[in-house]
Amino acid sequence: MLLKKLIKLKNRVVITGLGVVAPNGVGLKAFTKAIKDGTSGITFHQELKDKGFSCCIGGIPEVTEEKKLEYLTPLQLRGFNSTSILYGCMAGMDAWKDAGFSVDENSSLDYDSGLIFGTGTSGIEKFRESIYKIDDQKVRRLGSTSVVQTMASGISAYLGGILGFGNQVTTNSSACTTGTEALLLGFERIKTGKAKRMLVGSSSDSSLYTWGGFDAMRVMSYKHNETPEKGSRPMSESASGFVPGSGAGALVLESLESALERNATIYAEVLGGNINSGGQRNGGTLTAPNAEAVQKCIVDALLDSEIAAIEIDAINGHLTATSKDALEIENWTKALQRKGTDFPYINSLKSMVGHCLAAAGAIESVASVLQIKEQFVFPNINCEDLHPEISELIDAQNIPTEIIEKDIRIVAKASFGFGDVNACVIFKKYIQ
Amino acid sequence: MTKEELIIKLQVIVKPYIQDEEAFKNLTEETDFINDLKINSANLVDVVLDVEDEFNIEIDNDSMEKMLSVKAAIEIIEKKLSA
Repeated sequence: MLLKKLIKLKNRVVITGLGVVAPNGVGLKAFTKAIKDGTSGITFHQELKDKGFSCCIGGIPEVTEEKKLEYLTPLQLRGFNSTSILYGCMAGMDAWKDAGFSVDENSSLDYDSGLIFGTGTSGIEKFRESIYKIDDQKVRRLGSTSVVQTMASGISAYLGGILGFGNQVTTNSSACTTGTEALLLGFERIKTGKAKRMLVGSSSDSSLYTWGGFDAMRVMSYKHNETPEKGSRPMSESASGFVPGSGAGALVLESLESALERNATIYAEVLGGNINSGGQRNGGTLTAPNAEAVQKCIVDALLDSEIAAIEIDAINGHLTATSKDALEIENWTKALQRKGTDFPYINSLKSMVGHCLAAAGAIESVASVLQIKEQFVFPNINCEDLHPEISELIDAQNIPTEIIEKDIRIVAKASFGFGDVNACVIFKKYIQ
Repeated sequence: MTKEELIIKLQVIVKPYIQDEEAFKNLTEETDFINDLKINSANLVDVVLDVEDEFNIEIDNDSMEKMLSVKAAIEIIEKKLSA
Protein backbone atom coordinates (compact mmCIF):
# COMPACT_ATOMS: atom_id res chain seq x y z
CA MET A 1 0.00 0.00 0.00
CA LEU A 2 2.78 2.37 0.93
CA LEU A 3 4.66 1.41 -2.20
CA LYS A 4 1.55 2.05 -4.29
CA LYS A 5 1.23 5.47 -2.71
CA LEU A 6 4.87 6.23 -3.38
CA ILE A 7 4.53 5.30 -7.03
CA LYS A 8 1.47 7.49 -7.31
CA LEU A 9 3.25 10.40 -5.71
CA LYS A 10 6.13 10.01 -8.08
CA ASN A 11 4.00 10.10 -11.15
CA ARG A 12 1.60 12.92 -10.44
CA VAL A 13 0.88 14.83 -13.62
CA VAL A 14 0.57 18.59 -13.81
CA ILE A 15 -0.09 21.15 -16.53
CA THR A 16 2.76 23.58 -17.09
CA GLY A 17 1.92 25.25 -20.38
CA LEU A 18 -1.10 26.32 -22.41
CA GLY A 19 -1.65 27.49 -25.98
CA VAL A 20 -4.84 28.32 -27.82
CA VAL A 21 -6.09 29.53 -31.18
CA ALA A 22 -9.82 30.10 -30.79
CA PRO A 23 -12.49 31.99 -32.74
CA ASN A 24 -12.86 34.48 -29.86
CA GLY A 25 -9.18 34.84 -29.05
CA VAL A 26 -5.82 33.90 -30.54
CA GLY A 27 -3.20 33.44 -27.83
CA LEU A 28 -3.70 32.79 -24.13
CA LYS A 29 -4.08 36.44 -23.09
CA ALA A 30 -6.76 37.34 -25.65
CA PHE A 31 -8.59 34.06 -25.06
CA THR A 32 -8.61 34.46 -21.27
CA LYS A 33 -10.06 37.94 -21.57
CA ALA A 34 -12.65 36.76 -24.10
CA ILE A 35 -13.97 33.91 -21.97
CA LYS A 36 -14.10 36.10 -18.87
CA ASP A 37 -16.03 38.76 -20.76
CA GLY A 38 -18.31 36.30 -22.54
CA THR A 39 -17.18 37.45 -25.98
CA SER A 40 -18.57 35.59 -28.97
CA GLY A 41 -16.27 34.63 -31.82
CA ILE A 42 -19.11 33.66 -34.15
CA THR A 43 -19.44 35.64 -37.38
CA PHE A 44 -21.32 35.49 -40.67
CA HIS A 45 -19.47 33.95 -43.63
CA GLN A 46 -20.55 34.91 -47.13
CA GLU A 47 -18.69 31.88 -48.49
CA LEU A 48 -21.10 29.55 -46.68
CA LYS A 49 -24.08 31.46 -48.04
CA ASP A 50 -22.68 31.40 -51.57
CA LYS A 51 -22.33 27.62 -51.41
CA GLY A 52 -25.92 27.20 -50.27
CA PHE A 53 -25.35 26.30 -46.62
CA SER A 54 -28.38 26.56 -44.35
CA CYS A 55 -26.08 27.67 -41.54
CA CYS A 56 -24.01 30.63 -42.74
CA ILE A 57 -22.29 31.43 -39.45
CA GLY A 58 -19.22 29.93 -37.85
CA GLY A 59 -16.23 30.44 -35.61
CA ILE A 60 -12.93 31.13 -37.38
CA PRO A 61 -9.82 32.36 -35.52
CA GLU A 62 -8.29 35.56 -36.88
CA VAL A 63 -4.75 34.87 -38.07
CA THR A 64 -2.94 37.41 -40.25
CA GLU A 65 -0.17 36.57 -42.72
CA GLU A 66 2.34 38.31 -40.43
CA LYS A 67 1.16 36.16 -37.53
CA LYS A 68 1.72 32.97 -39.55
CA LEU A 69 5.33 34.01 -40.13
CA GLU A 70 5.88 34.15 -36.37
CA TYR A 71 5.38 30.38 -36.33
CA LEU A 72 6.24 28.95 -39.74
CA THR A 73 9.05 29.77 -42.15
CA PRO A 74 8.40 31.12 -45.66
CA LEU A 75 9.48 27.69 -46.94
CA GLN A 76 7.01 25.89 -44.66
CA LEU A 77 4.30 28.28 -45.84
CA ARG A 78 5.05 27.63 -49.54
CA GLY A 79 2.08 25.78 -51.02
CA PHE A 80 0.71 25.55 -47.47
CA ASN A 81 -3.06 25.17 -47.29
CA SER A 82 -3.99 23.54 -44.01
CA THR A 83 -5.55 25.62 -41.26
CA SER A 84 -5.70 22.66 -38.86
CA ILE A 85 -1.92 22.24 -39.06
CA LEU A 86 -1.40 26.01 -38.81
CA TYR A 87 -3.58 26.36 -35.69
CA GLY A 88 -2.07 23.22 -34.15
CA CYS A 89 1.48 24.49 -34.68
CA MET A 90 0.59 27.89 -33.23
CA ALA A 91 -1.12 26.47 -30.13
CA GLY A 92 1.51 23.77 -29.65
CA MET A 93 4.49 26.13 -29.97
CA ASP A 94 2.82 28.68 -27.70
CA ALA A 95 2.14 26.03 -25.04
CA TRP A 96 5.71 24.78 -25.19
CA LYS A 97 7.09 28.30 -24.80
CA ASP A 98 4.54 29.04 -22.07
CA ALA A 99 5.93 26.04 -20.18
CA GLY A 100 9.32 27.73 -20.19
CA PHE A 101 10.98 25.93 -23.08
CA SER A 102 12.46 27.49 -26.19
CA VAL A 103 11.42 26.71 -29.75
CA ASP A 104 14.68 26.28 -31.60
CA GLU A 105 15.23 24.29 -34.77
CA ASN A 106 18.70 23.41 -33.57
CA SER A 107 17.62 22.19 -30.13
CA SER A 108 18.98 18.81 -29.12
CA LEU A 109 16.70 15.80 -29.49
CA ASP A 110 14.58 15.34 -26.36
CA TYR A 111 13.69 11.69 -25.74
CA ASP A 112 11.72 12.57 -22.61
CA SER A 113 9.17 14.72 -24.46
CA GLY A 114 6.49 13.53 -26.84
CA LEU A 115 3.21 14.68 -28.26
CA ILE A 116 -0.28 13.44 -28.98
CA PHE A 117 -2.11 15.93 -31.13
CA GLY A 118 -5.45 14.95 -32.59
CA THR A 119 -7.55 16.03 -35.52
CA GLY A 120 -10.60 14.88 -37.45
CA THR A 121 -9.31 15.34 -40.97
CA SER A 122 -6.09 17.11 -41.80
CA GLY A 123 -5.71 19.90 -44.32
CA ILE A 124 -9.02 19.36 -46.04
CA GLU A 125 -8.47 22.38 -48.33
CA LYS A 126 -5.10 20.94 -49.42
CA PHE A 127 -6.80 17.61 -50.00
CA ARG A 128 -9.37 19.28 -52.24
CA GLU A 129 -6.62 21.10 -54.14
CA SER A 130 -4.77 17.80 -54.65
CA ILE A 131 -7.85 15.92 -55.81
CA TYR A 132 -8.57 18.58 -58.43
CA LYS A 133 -5.01 18.32 -59.75
CA ILE A 134 -5.16 14.53 -59.94
CA ASP A 135 -8.52 14.60 -61.73
CA ASP A 136 -6.99 17.10 -64.12
CA GLN A 137 -4.20 14.57 -64.85
CA LYS A 138 -1.64 16.76 -63.11
CA VAL A 139 -0.58 14.40 -60.36
CA ARG A 140 3.07 15.41 -60.87
CA ARG A 141 2.11 19.00 -60.04
CA LEU A 142 1.17 18.12 -56.43
CA GLY A 143 4.64 19.08 -55.21
CA SER A 144 6.33 17.74 -52.12
CA THR A 145 3.95 18.80 -49.35
CA SER A 146 0.62 17.31 -50.37
CA VAL A 147 1.24 14.16 -48.33
CA VAL A 148 2.44 15.80 -45.12
CA GLN A 149 -0.41 18.29 -45.13
CA THR A 150 -3.15 15.76 -45.76
CA MET A 151 -2.00 12.74 -43.75
CA ALA A 152 -3.96 12.48 -40.51
CA SER A 153 -0.74 12.78 -38.50
CA GLY A 154 0.34 15.91 -40.39
CA ILE A 155 -0.04 18.06 -37.30
CA SER A 156 2.04 15.80 -35.06
CA ALA A 157 4.66 15.48 -37.82
CA TYR A 158 5.01 19.26 -38.15
CA LEU A 159 5.10 19.89 -34.39
CA GLY A 160 7.40 16.95 -33.65
CA GLY A 161 10.01 18.38 -36.00
CA ILE A 162 9.65 21.98 -34.92
CA LEU A 163 10.10 21.02 -31.26
CA GLY A 164 12.58 18.15 -31.70
CA PHE A 165 10.70 15.57 -29.63
CA GLY A 166 12.10 12.06 -29.32
CA ASN A 167 9.35 10.36 -27.35
CA GLN A 168 6.06 9.20 -28.91
CA VAL A 169 4.83 11.59 -31.61
CA THR A 170 1.36 10.70 -32.84
CA THR A 171 -2.13 11.80 -33.76
CA ASN A 172 -5.38 10.47 -32.32
CA SER A 173 -8.85 10.81 -33.78
CA SER A 174 -12.17 10.22 -32.06
CA ALA A 175 -14.51 12.86 -33.51
CA CYS A 176 -15.52 15.52 -30.99
CA THR A 177 -13.84 13.61 -28.14
CA THR A 178 -10.42 13.92 -29.81
CA GLY A 179 -8.89 16.71 -27.71
CA THR A 180 -9.95 15.33 -24.34
CA GLU A 181 -8.82 11.88 -25.41
CA ALA A 182 -5.40 13.22 -26.47
CA LEU A 183 -5.03 14.79 -23.04
CA LEU A 184 -5.83 11.54 -21.24
CA LEU A 185 -3.56 9.49 -23.51
CA GLY A 186 -0.67 11.85 -22.75
CA PHE A 187 -1.55 11.76 -19.04
CA GLU A 188 -1.35 7.96 -19.03
CA ARG A 189 2.00 8.00 -20.79
CA ILE A 190 3.51 10.19 -18.08
CA LYS A 191 1.71 8.29 -15.32
CA THR A 192 3.24 5.03 -16.47
CA GLY A 193 6.68 6.62 -16.58
CA LYS A 194 7.13 6.36 -20.35
CA ALA A 195 7.57 10.11 -20.81
CA LYS A 196 8.35 13.13 -18.64
CA ARG A 197 6.47 15.61 -20.77
CA MET A 198 3.68 15.24 -23.30
CA LEU A 199 2.35 18.08 -25.43
CA VAL A 200 -1.31 17.23 -25.98
CA GLY A 201 -4.07 18.93 -27.90
CA SER A 202 -6.14 18.91 -31.04
CA SER A 203 -7.04 21.06 -34.01
CA SER A 204 -9.72 21.41 -36.65
CA ASP A 205 -9.79 23.13 -40.05
CA SER A 206 -11.76 26.30 -40.78
CA SER A 207 -13.39 24.91 -43.87
CA LEU A 208 -16.79 24.58 -45.44
CA TYR A 209 -15.64 21.13 -46.58
CA THR A 210 -15.33 20.07 -42.93
CA TRP A 211 -18.65 21.66 -42.03
CA GLY A 212 -20.77 20.71 -45.07
CA GLY A 213 -21.69 17.22 -43.90
CA PHE A 214 -23.07 18.56 -40.63
CA ASP A 215 -25.14 21.12 -42.52
CA ALA A 216 -26.55 18.24 -44.59
CA MET A 217 -27.44 16.36 -41.37
CA ARG A 218 -29.45 19.41 -40.30
CA VAL A 219 -27.66 19.52 -36.96
CA MET A 220 -26.31 23.06 -37.44
CA SER A 221 -28.27 26.15 -36.50
CA TYR A 222 -29.80 27.99 -39.47
CA LYS A 223 -31.92 30.45 -37.51
CA HIS A 224 -29.30 33.02 -36.64
CA ASN A 225 -27.68 33.98 -39.93
CA GLU A 226 -28.67 37.59 -39.22
CA THR A 227 -27.54 37.45 -35.58
CA PRO A 228 -24.35 35.33 -35.56
CA GLU A 229 -23.36 36.09 -31.96
CA LYS A 230 -26.72 34.79 -30.75
CA GLY A 231 -26.44 31.61 -32.82
CA SER A 232 -24.68 29.24 -30.47
CA ARG A 233 -27.17 28.61 -27.65
CA PRO A 234 -26.25 25.64 -25.46
CA MET A 235 -28.87 24.82 -22.79
CA SER A 236 -31.27 27.36 -24.26
CA GLU A 237 -34.90 26.59 -25.07
CA SER A 238 -34.38 28.27 -28.44
CA ALA A 239 -31.25 26.25 -29.26
CA SER A 240 -31.58 25.03 -32.81
CA GLY A 241 -28.38 23.14 -33.49
CA PHE A 242 -24.68 23.77 -33.15
CA VAL A 243 -22.64 26.48 -34.82
CA PRO A 244 -19.45 25.17 -36.45
CA GLY A 245 -16.14 26.37 -35.08
CA SER A 246 -12.45 25.72 -35.63
CA GLY A 247 -9.04 26.30 -34.07
CA ALA A 248 -6.69 24.45 -31.76
CA GLY A 249 -5.83 24.04 -28.11
CA ALA A 250 -2.66 22.66 -26.57
CA LEU A 251 -1.48 21.75 -23.08
CA VAL A 252 1.93 20.73 -21.80
CA LEU A 253 1.54 17.83 -19.37
CA GLU A 254 4.50 17.09 -17.18
CA SER A 255 5.39 14.81 -14.30
CA LEU A 256 5.24 16.76 -11.05
CA GLU A 257 8.81 15.75 -10.40
CA SER A 258 10.03 17.28 -13.66
CA ALA A 259 7.93 20.41 -13.15
CA LEU A 260 9.31 20.97 -9.64
CA GLU A 261 12.87 20.35 -10.79
CA ARG A 262 12.48 23.07 -13.42
CA ASN A 263 10.62 25.33 -11.03
CA ALA A 264 7.88 25.57 -13.66
CA THR A 265 4.58 27.42 -13.29
CA ILE A 266 1.89 24.87 -12.52
CA TYR A 267 -1.56 25.67 -13.89
CA ALA A 268 -3.34 22.67 -12.39
CA GLU A 269 -3.00 18.99 -11.75
CA VAL A 270 -4.59 16.28 -13.88
CA LEU A 271 -6.03 13.95 -11.26
CA GLY A 272 -7.34 11.31 -13.62
CA GLY A 273 -10.09 10.52 -16.05
CA ASN A 274 -11.75 7.93 -18.19
CA ILE A 275 -12.23 7.11 -21.85
CA ASN A 276 -14.95 4.68 -22.91
CA SER A 277 -17.52 3.87 -25.57
CA GLY A 278 -21.22 3.13 -25.50
CA GLY A 279 -20.68 0.53 -28.20
CA GLN A 280 -23.71 1.91 -30.07
CA ARG A 281 -25.90 -0.19 -27.79
CA ASN A 282 -28.68 0.74 -25.35
CA GLY A 283 -29.77 3.79 -27.31
CA GLY A 284 -26.29 4.66 -28.55
CA THR A 285 -25.81 4.97 -32.31
CA LEU A 286 -23.13 6.26 -34.65
CA THR A 287 -24.34 9.77 -33.85
CA ALA A 288 -26.17 9.50 -30.51
CA PRO A 289 -24.75 8.65 -27.10
CA ASN A 290 -25.56 5.63 -24.98
CA ALA A 291 -26.55 7.48 -21.78
CA GLU A 292 -25.49 4.62 -19.53
CA ALA A 293 -21.93 4.68 -20.94
CA VAL A 294 -21.74 8.48 -20.58
CA GLN A 295 -22.64 8.16 -16.90
CA LYS A 296 -20.18 5.31 -16.42
CA CYS A 297 -17.43 7.41 -18.03
CA ILE A 298 -18.03 10.22 -15.52
CA VAL A 299 -18.27 7.84 -12.54
CA ASP A 300 -15.11 6.01 -13.59
CA ALA A 301 -13.28 9.32 -14.02
CA LEU A 302 -14.11 10.14 -10.39
CA LEU A 303 -12.95 6.72 -9.24
CA ASP A 304 -9.72 7.07 -11.20
CA SER A 305 -9.15 10.47 -9.60
CA GLU A 306 -10.07 9.20 -6.15
CA ILE A 307 -12.45 12.04 -5.47
CA ALA A 308 -16.10 12.17 -4.44
CA ALA A 309 -18.73 13.77 -6.67
CA ILE A 310 -19.42 16.39 -4.00
CA GLU A 311 -15.88 17.75 -4.44
CA ILE A 312 -16.55 18.97 -7.98
CA ASP A 313 -16.85 22.76 -8.07
CA ALA A 314 -17.51 23.22 -11.76
CA ILE A 315 -18.25 21.23 -14.89
CA ASN A 316 -17.25 22.21 -18.36
CA GLY A 317 -19.75 20.28 -20.43
CA HIS A 318 -19.82 19.07 -24.01
CA LEU A 319 -23.18 20.88 -24.47
CA THR A 320 -23.30 21.61 -28.19
CA ALA A 321 -26.70 23.39 -28.43
CA THR A 322 -28.54 20.50 -30.03
CA SER A 323 -31.55 18.69 -28.59
CA LYS A 324 -29.15 16.45 -26.64
CA ASP A 325 -28.16 19.13 -24.08
CA ALA A 326 -30.91 18.15 -21.63
CA LEU A 327 -29.87 14.50 -21.87
CA GLU A 328 -26.28 15.46 -21.08
CA ILE A 329 -27.41 17.40 -17.99
CA GLU A 330 -29.49 14.43 -16.92
CA ASN A 331 -26.45 12.18 -17.32
CA TRP A 332 -24.35 14.48 -15.14
CA THR A 333 -27.04 14.59 -12.42
CA LYS A 334 -27.26 10.79 -12.39
CA ALA A 335 -23.52 10.18 -12.51
CA LEU A 336 -22.78 12.69 -9.74
CA GLN A 337 -25.98 12.06 -7.78
CA ARG A 338 -26.29 15.82 -7.49
CA LYS A 339 -29.15 17.97 -8.77
CA GLY A 340 -31.10 21.16 -8.14
CA THR A 341 -29.15 23.68 -6.06
CA ASP A 342 -26.68 20.93 -5.09
CA PHE A 343 -25.40 20.70 -8.68
CA PRO A 344 -21.94 22.21 -9.46
CA TYR A 345 -21.54 25.23 -11.70
CA ILE A 346 -21.73 24.20 -15.35
CA ASN A 347 -20.75 26.05 -18.50
CA SER A 348 -20.29 25.49 -22.21
CA LEU A 349 -17.53 27.25 -24.11
CA LYS A 350 -19.43 26.48 -27.30
CA SER A 351 -21.77 29.37 -26.53
CA MET A 352 -18.84 31.66 -27.45
CA VAL A 353 -16.78 29.75 -30.02
CA GLY A 354 -19.25 27.28 -31.50
CA HIS A 355 -18.49 23.61 -31.78
CA CYS A 356 -14.83 23.36 -32.75
CA LEU A 357 -15.36 19.64 -33.53
CA ALA A 358 -12.06 17.74 -33.21
CA ALA A 359 -10.48 20.81 -31.57
CA ALA A 360 -13.32 21.26 -29.05
CA GLY A 361 -11.94 19.05 -26.28
CA ALA A 362 -8.55 20.75 -26.31
CA ILE A 363 -9.76 24.36 -26.52
CA GLU A 364 -12.33 23.66 -23.80
CA SER A 365 -9.73 21.96 -21.61
CA VAL A 366 -7.56 25.07 -21.88
CA ALA A 367 -10.59 27.13 -20.75
CA SER A 368 -11.26 24.70 -17.88
CA VAL A 369 -7.68 24.88 -16.65
CA LEU A 370 -7.68 28.69 -16.84
CA GLN A 371 -10.68 28.69 -14.52
CA ILE A 372 -8.63 26.86 -11.92
CA LYS A 373 -5.49 28.94 -12.37
CA GLU A 374 -7.29 32.28 -12.26
CA GLN A 375 -10.12 31.19 -9.94
CA PHE A 376 -13.27 31.96 -11.91
CA VAL A 377 -16.15 30.35 -13.74
CA PHE A 378 -16.65 31.82 -17.19
CA PRO A 379 -20.18 32.86 -18.16
CA ASN A 380 -22.51 31.04 -20.51
CA ILE A 381 -23.92 33.33 -23.17
CA ASN A 382 -27.20 32.91 -25.05
CA CYS A 383 -29.01 30.80 -22.47
CA GLU A 384 -31.16 33.49 -20.87
CA ASP A 385 -34.11 31.31 -21.92
CA LEU A 386 -32.99 28.16 -20.15
CA HIS A 387 -34.52 24.97 -21.52
CA PRO A 388 -37.30 23.85 -19.13
CA GLU A 389 -36.07 20.25 -19.22
CA ILE A 390 -32.76 21.54 -17.89
CA SER A 391 -34.17 23.90 -15.23
CA GLU A 392 -36.20 20.96 -13.93
CA LEU A 393 -32.96 19.11 -13.26
CA ILE A 394 -30.60 21.78 -11.99
CA ASP A 395 -30.96 25.20 -10.48
CA ALA A 396 -30.50 28.17 -12.81
CA GLN A 397 -27.97 29.74 -10.42
CA ASN A 398 -25.58 26.93 -11.30
CA ILE A 399 -25.59 27.96 -14.94
CA PRO A 400 -23.82 31.32 -14.65
CA THR A 401 -24.53 34.02 -17.21
CA GLU A 402 -22.04 36.37 -15.59
CA ILE A 403 -18.48 35.58 -14.56
CA ILE A 404 -18.21 34.13 -11.05
CA GLU A 405 -14.99 34.74 -9.17
CA LYS A 406 -14.38 32.25 -6.42
CA ASP A 407 -12.16 29.44 -5.23
CA ILE A 408 -12.39 26.70 -7.83
CA ARG A 409 -10.59 23.55 -6.75
CA ILE A 410 -11.90 20.79 -8.98
CA VAL A 411 -13.26 20.99 -12.52
CA ALA A 412 -14.66 18.06 -14.48
CA LYS A 413 -14.46 18.31 -18.25
CA ALA A 414 -16.16 15.88 -20.61
CA SER A 415 -16.39 15.45 -24.37
CA PHE A 416 -18.59 13.09 -26.37
CA GLY A 417 -18.24 12.18 -30.01
CA PHE A 418 -19.71 10.46 -33.05
CA GLY A 419 -19.07 6.76 -32.83
CA ASP A 420 -20.56 6.80 -29.31
CA VAL A 421 -17.24 7.64 -27.67
CA ASN A 422 -16.74 9.48 -24.37
CA ALA A 423 -13.94 11.05 -22.37
CA CYS A 424 -13.95 12.77 -19.00
CA VAL A 425 -11.00 14.38 -17.26
CA ILE A 426 -10.68 15.78 -13.74
CA PHE A 427 -8.52 18.87 -13.13
CA LYS A 428 -7.52 20.03 -9.67
CA LYS A 429 -5.94 23.18 -8.33
CA TYR A 430 -2.31 22.44 -7.54
CA ILE A 431 -1.50 22.89 -3.89
CA GLN A 432 2.07 22.35 -2.76
CA MET B 1 19.27 33.33 -73.14
CA THR B 2 22.88 33.32 -71.96
CA LYS B 3 24.19 30.95 -69.34
CA GLU B 4 24.61 33.88 -66.93
CA GLU B 5 20.99 34.88 -67.38
CA LEU B 6 19.93 31.29 -66.76
CA ILE B 7 21.96 31.14 -63.56
CA ILE B 8 20.34 34.35 -62.29
CA LYS B 9 16.87 32.94 -62.97
CA LEU B 10 17.80 29.67 -61.31
CA GLN B 11 19.06 31.53 -58.25
CA VAL B 12 15.66 33.17 -57.80
CA ILE B 13 13.97 29.79 -58.14
CA VAL B 14 16.07 27.90 -55.59
CA LYS B 15 16.24 30.74 -53.05
CA PRO B 16 13.16 29.70 -51.00
CA TYR B 17 14.49 26.16 -50.57
CA ILE B 18 18.16 26.71 -49.71
CA GLN B 19 19.41 26.18 -46.17
CA ASP B 20 22.99 27.36 -46.60
CA GLU B 21 23.14 31.11 -47.19
CA GLU B 22 26.90 31.16 -47.67
CA ALA B 23 26.86 28.56 -50.43
CA PHE B 24 23.94 30.40 -52.02
CA LYS B 25 25.84 33.70 -52.09
CA ASN B 26 28.78 32.00 -53.77
CA LEU B 27 26.63 30.05 -56.21
CA THR B 28 28.46 28.92 -59.37
CA GLU B 29 27.82 26.43 -62.10
CA GLU B 30 29.49 23.79 -59.92
CA THR B 31 27.12 24.27 -56.96
CA ASP B 32 25.29 21.12 -55.88
CA PHE B 33 21.67 21.49 -54.73
CA ILE B 34 21.77 19.02 -51.86
CA ASN B 35 25.43 18.97 -50.76
CA ASP B 36 26.13 22.70 -51.09
CA LEU B 37 22.80 24.51 -50.83
CA LYS B 38 21.46 21.90 -48.35
CA ILE B 39 18.12 21.79 -50.09
CA ASN B 40 15.88 19.14 -48.52
CA SER B 41 15.74 16.29 -51.04
CA ALA B 42 11.92 16.30 -50.87
CA ASN B 43 11.98 19.90 -52.11
CA LEU B 44 13.82 18.98 -55.32
CA VAL B 45 10.47 18.16 -56.94
CA ASP B 46 9.30 21.65 -56.02
CA VAL B 47 12.39 23.18 -57.62
CA VAL B 48 11.63 21.23 -60.80
CA LEU B 49 8.00 22.40 -60.83
CA ASP B 50 9.13 26.01 -60.36
CA VAL B 51 11.62 25.61 -63.23
CA GLU B 52 8.83 24.27 -65.43
CA ASP B 53 6.65 27.27 -64.62
CA GLU B 54 9.43 29.81 -65.15
CA PHE B 55 10.61 28.49 -68.51
CA ASN B 56 7.31 27.04 -69.69
CA ILE B 57 8.84 23.63 -70.30
CA GLU B 58 8.10 20.13 -69.10
CA ILE B 59 10.83 18.12 -67.44
CA ASP B 60 10.53 14.36 -67.84
CA ASN B 61 11.28 11.88 -65.04
CA ASP B 62 14.72 10.96 -66.35
CA SER B 63 15.86 14.58 -66.55
CA MET B 64 14.32 15.24 -63.15
CA GLU B 65 16.52 12.61 -61.53
CA LYS B 66 19.61 14.22 -63.03
CA MET B 67 18.77 17.75 -61.93
CA LEU B 68 20.95 17.79 -58.82
CA SER B 69 23.26 20.72 -59.56
CA VAL B 70 23.26 24.13 -61.19
CA LYS B 71 25.22 22.72 -64.12
CA ALA B 72 22.84 19.81 -64.71
CA ALA B 73 19.82 22.10 -64.37
CA ILE B 74 21.20 24.52 -66.95
CA GLU B 75 21.98 21.73 -69.41
CA ILE B 76 18.47 20.33 -69.06
CA ILE B 77 16.79 23.73 -69.36
CA GLU B 78 18.87 24.65 -72.45
CA LYS B 79 18.07 21.33 -74.07
CA LYS B 80 14.33 21.68 -73.44
CA LEU B 81 14.30 25.30 -74.62
CA SER B 82 16.01 24.42 -77.88
CA ALA B 83 13.80 21.38 -78.49
